[in-house]
Amino acid sequence: MDTPAPLLELHNVHKSFRVGKTRITAVADVSFLVRPGTITGLLGPDGAGKTTLMRLCAGLLVPNEGRVVALGFDSSKEAARIQQSVGYMPQRFGLYEDLTVQENLDLFSDLQGVPRETRAARYGELLRLTGLGPFGRRLARDLSGGMKQKLGLACTLVRPPRLLLLDEPTVGVDPISRRELWAIVSGLVEGQETGILISTAYLDEAERCGHVLLIHKGMVLEEGAPADFRERMAGRSFFATATGLSGRAIQAQVAGEEAFFDAVVQREGVRVVMRPGAHLPVLPGIAFVPVEPRFEDAFVERLRGVLAGTAGTAGTAGTAGTAGTAGTAGTAGTAGTAGTAGTAGTAGTANASDVMIEVRDLRRFFGSFEAVKSISFQVERGRIFGLLGANGAGKTTTFRMLCGLLPPSSGTLMVAGIDVRAAPAMARAHMGYMSQKFSLYGDLSVAQNLSFFSAAYGLKGTQRAARLRWAAEAFELAAFWDTNGNDLALGFKRRLALACALIHEPKILFLDEPTSGVDPLARREFWGRINALADSGVTIMVTTHFMEEAEYCDELVLMSLGSILAAGTPTEIRARVRTADRPNPTMEDAFVALIEEHEAQTRRAS
Amino acid sequence: MDWYRVYALVIKEFLAVLRNKASRMVLIGPPVIQLIVFSYAATFNLRHVPMMVYNEDTGGASRQLIARFQGSPYFALKGMLKSSRRVADIISDKQALMILRIGPRFSRDLALHRAARVELIIDGRNSNTALIALNDVNTVIQAFSTEWAGAHGWRAAPAVLVTRSWFNPNLRSRWFIVPGVVGLLTLVVAMLVTGLSVAREREAGTFDQLLVTPLNVWEILLGKALPGFLIGGLEATLIIVVAVLWFGVPFTGGVLALYLGLFLFLLAAIGVGLAISSASATQQQGLLGAFLFLVPAIILSGFATPIANMPVAVQYLTYLNPLRYFLVILRGVFLEGDGMGMLWSQYIPLLAIGLVTMTTATWLFRHRLT
Amino acid sequence: MNAQRLRGLIRKEALQILRDPSSIAIAFVMPFFLLLLFGYGVSLDARHVPVALVADHATAETSAFFAGFRQSPYFRPRTYADMAAARQALMERRVDGIIWLRSSFTRRAVRSATAPIGVIVNGVNANNARIIKGYVQGVWGLWLGTQAQERGESLVVPVDVRSRVWFNPALRSRDYLVPGLIAVIMTLIGALLTALVVAREWERGTMEALMASPATIAEILIGKVIPYFALGMGGMTLSVFMAIAVFAVPLVGSLWLLFACSALFLLTALGMGLLISTIARNQFVAGMIALVTTFLPAFILSGFIFDINSMPWPIRAITHIIAARYFVSTLQTLFLAGDVWPVIARNMAALGLIAVFFFVVVVRISHKRLD
Repeated sequence: MDTPAPLLELHNVHKSFRVGKTRITAVADVSFLVRPGTITGLLGPDGAGKTTLMRLCAGLLVPNEGRVVALGFDSSKEAARIQQSVGYMPQRFGLYEDLTVQENLDLFSDLQGVPRETRAARYGELLRLTGLGPFGRRLARDLSGGMKQKLGLACTLVRPPRLLLLDEPTVGVDPISRRELWAIVSGLVEGQETGILISTAYLDEAERCGHVLLIHKGMVLEEGAPADFRERMAGRSFFATATGLSGRAIQAQVAGEEAFFDAVVQREGVRVVMRPGAHLPVLPGIAFVPVEPRFEDAFVERLRGVLAGTAGTAGTAGTAGTAGTAGTAGTAGTAGTAGTAGTAGTAGTANASDVMIEVRDLRRFFGSFEAVKSISFQVERGRIFGLLGANGAGKTTTFRMLCGLLPPSSGTLMVAGIDVRAAPAMARAHMGYMSQKFSLYGDLSVAQNLSFFSAAYGLKGTQRAARLRWAAEAFELAAFWDTNGNDLALGFKRRLALACALIHEPKILFLDEPTSGVDPLARREFWGRINALADSGVTIMVTTHFMEEAEYCDELVLMSLGSILAAGTPTEIRARVRTADRPNPTMEDAFVALIEEHEAQTRRAS
Repeated sequence: MDWYRVYALVIKEFLAVLRNKASRMVLIGPPVIQLIVFSYAATFNLRHVPMMVYNEDTGGASRQLIARFQGSPYFALKGMLKSSRRVADIISDKQALMILRIGPRFSRDLALHRAARVELIIDGRNSNTALIALNDVNTVIQAFSTEWAGAHGWRAAPAVLVTRSWFNPNLRSRWFIVPGVVGLLTLVVAMLVTGLSVAREREAGTFDQLLVTPLNVWEILLGKALPGFLIGGLEATLIIVVAVLWFGVPFTGGVLALYLGLFLFLLAAIGVGLAISSASATQQQGLLGAFLFLVPAIILSGFATPIANMPVAVQYLTYLNPLRYFLVILRGVFLEGDGMGMLWSQYIPLLAIGLVTMTTATWLFRHRLT
Repeated sequence: MNAQRLRGLIRKEALQILRDPSSIAIAFVMPFFLLLLFGYGVSLDARHVPVALVADHATAETSAFFAGFRQSPYFRPRTYADMAAARQALMERRVDGIIWLRSSFTRRAVRSATAPIGVIVNGVNANNARIIKGYVQGVWGLWLGTQAQERGESLVVPVDVRSRVWFNPALRSRDYLVPGLIAVIMTLIGALLTALVVAREWERGTMEALMASPATIAEILIGKVIPYFALGMGGMTLSVFMAIAVFAVPLVGSLWLLFACSALFLLTALGMGLLISTIARNQFVAGMIALVTTFLPAFILSGFIFDINSMPWPIRAITHIIAARYFVSTLQTLFLAGDVWPVIARNMAALGLIAVFFFVVVVRISHKRLD
């Protein structure tokens, strides 16, 4: 095969930063090439080093060791030449929010030296491509998240670059806009001249790339075409179901099986992945249905292998601890202790009248704008309940009302049998809350954070001491007891946040996008804990537009423009959009189809 | 009100302020800098005023007069002029602030028991400096006159001024400024501790986390206000000690009278701080709000310039300013020996302002939650 | 230097200024507000000072002496029957001073036997006390003169000082405070505003986009300086207009020179702002640093209110590196004394050096790099 010369070359690149007195390695010994006509994807969780790599490629950072050569220019000597020729879109692209769409385009045209006479044609093309045509005079700050990203992309493309560097263009964007962005990006490489390097934390976007690099802790774990990964994993992914058994019960059975290295609980069953060369075990009552392998399967396999290999030498207790349990896919085993032992007996026998959250005719106005339009639903004890919606669908408003952070305009809101509107403090005593940002006091140590929240929830004396001990053990936080919240690794921050939310043994736990951008192993660990909690009778409420998280829920509510447009189990919701040419719709397919249909209807009606 | 929870919140607030390097700096840096700068640089006592003398007289009397200026720490003799040609240039070019011109008949007039005239040309660009320098010159010359009159058998003046300054006999600016700095810094620290606390939590997202706990609005507000009282009180105490021990400002009044004033002042200041904090979404807005309050509060307090000199309408405005009252209490207790009994006219308005600001803060806090 | 890129950057900045109310507020509303506040709030001219007049034994002579106080615009005298009442009034801060004529005053004054006049001032506000003392001396001097005239004698004081105050004969403190204030305001606009807007670009990630574009560091910096220079000159014009129209400060020097000097000073302030924001890439920290390193020194250490010569030498040494010091001196000279070239040239040279220093440092430490 005739391979054209690469547009971007990284040779043994190494980059570290000084933070206080310690040096932190962000990128270690990375080498790869980006060729014209392909989309090269940098895939990895938050904190893997993707942004550092992108900045190294754009000549904004210079490697400590190794070489970065972009379009023939070495970044340590000719960064200015690189910046004159590549297109670079930083994460949360630096749009000038108080400039209009047109003014942003003009600025970047001026900066990129686009001649005036060719601008009209180029703008027309870009606006058509991004669908921003009607919004030329709108201020960038008034655009939705998805439109902002598209405008950012358009600004990067005012002068067609041969090498395009996109840093997480789809982060924080709802599935519909994500699809549109990818459609634009895919169109750019069709001419075979442009090469694109794109980074993302969404592993399901790997399929859209021509070449994929798996990044973890600053290193390339593996690279290849997505097809290579698929091929390797072919025939090894199954969905295990058993009549009369919940997903969690099935997981308990498959967990011990040597054949599987991964088992993820979903609503009706467990998604398992086999080790290479293993045979499907025969388990009584459990049926295994082959399913499409996912990119994540390959990542998890790789991560487990790597972590097991380094567990002996890995310095941090965290990785070693995870590695110990990872091999058997039994993270739920550790997580079992997270639940409250006393109520564990009620698991699975949750009775239908046991309603923990009841919402009737809930409405909320902001001025004359109705953000939430008379919605109703209820959640039973021990369920994991998901609240989904696009940006601006009203899910955050609903979520904040449920937590008692925002008073409703009208309607009934009962949590754990207590009217939130009448007795908010009483209702709050039964709730735990963990936000997306893991809102902890960064200047306080782990112990001080836990002490504060335990006292704020009124825990005293031996009970308080016991809960603090529990938090230290169940979340393996003892080793970091006196470390400041800010200095914890991302994974431990999440654990501490969860520990703080659970310190008072709440009956209901509210989670706001708990695992977006998290590496798959940490996500498994997290959901293992959450599943164990649900088994022990804690009701879980999750809000997200991250489809992966939706799959973990027992029940979902899909919101759009302030109202509920679908409710039910994930399977039921997927089934609603099943058609002849789409026999197996994903959650994302369902999400996109239902919302587009609803928005179209609303627009016709108005 | 659950005191156990409030206590936990107060401890948390303290830790959050003291464990953060930046906020520790804010609590220590500005007070130290301001104490030094205000106490040493902010003075109206002139020293080393650059002056020149144009002496046309050849007698001994003028030399005696000049010697007095040379011996005074207030003046620095920069040179003797030989002619009047350069007088205008010297003043315009700021080579000297003033020129003393002694006429050719100075000694002769004095010998003849006639009033001898000297002329003083002074740069009025900074009118306050000019005014003070003028006073200082007058003092020197008057002392010379009195002595001369006595020694040479002049008829005595029908009356002389015997001036005494109460409370600050040597009229040291520092005695005036340093007690004022106590009030100023207490205000700044209280505003910084409370003015940014809610906004900081909003930015970090911990505010929601706090609101989902069973802590109610009153407990959160109290938890936010108490550290302000404690830190403000401690810092004020520290500065008072420094004022007395290092700067030698006399402390003549009642300690209790001062601390009652401090408490009421903190009540008012923390109320303002919490109101700003509740109203602002980011630390930046909080800082801007604090700045917008602090600048007029300091200018219109009588800290540097007397309230009595302001236009009447502005004087009425100063009645709303808590610092105005606290400065009177501070200076009264430090210099004038005031006890509690003398200061009720200051305590009562302070208390009223404190109640209003605290109520406003509570209202804003509750209002912003919805 | 590419004209198209520079034009694009300047237009962007100008649009942002027009749309962001906070920039306009800092450039125009703040000067307005500060000038009013300081112009009216800060005055060192004691007028209508309440004094207590006490005559132990009221006679025609005591009334003649007190008449001087009644006619003076500086005093608002009140008569008290005895010293005890006057002392009480002083303690309660109802009066700032006491003039006390003992019972022997008339007898001794008539016999020319030098009667002592008791003057007691509240020394807490030392500056005010000193000013009051000066006023009392003035009243006393006048009285001595009339006494001598009445008796047909020449003045009995051996040395008579005739003072002439140049440039501000009425010694109006507002005439020197308002020009000084313009320096403080310009420091705020120049340094604070620039520091904030550059830090904002870092915070919002737009700086990264600029860095990754072909624009050079020099273009990015000049693209910032020119619009804020224009804004600062706008604030300056407003301040000068208010000084002349509202506060009736005379402008003796020439207007063009005033603007030329302001332009140079504004450059130093902008350079300082750029330097701060290059070091602190966060609006909050940049704002703090700007306030502490520019506003406070411009206020206290510039000679705006407090006399630099009277400060202890270490602090006096520090004032030499504060740009506002040179500008305050220039402004006071231009407004009150006129185009005094030696003063202005000296100060402009110092400002020029400081401006060059800041820009050289900024250009040297700014890289198109993120680490």
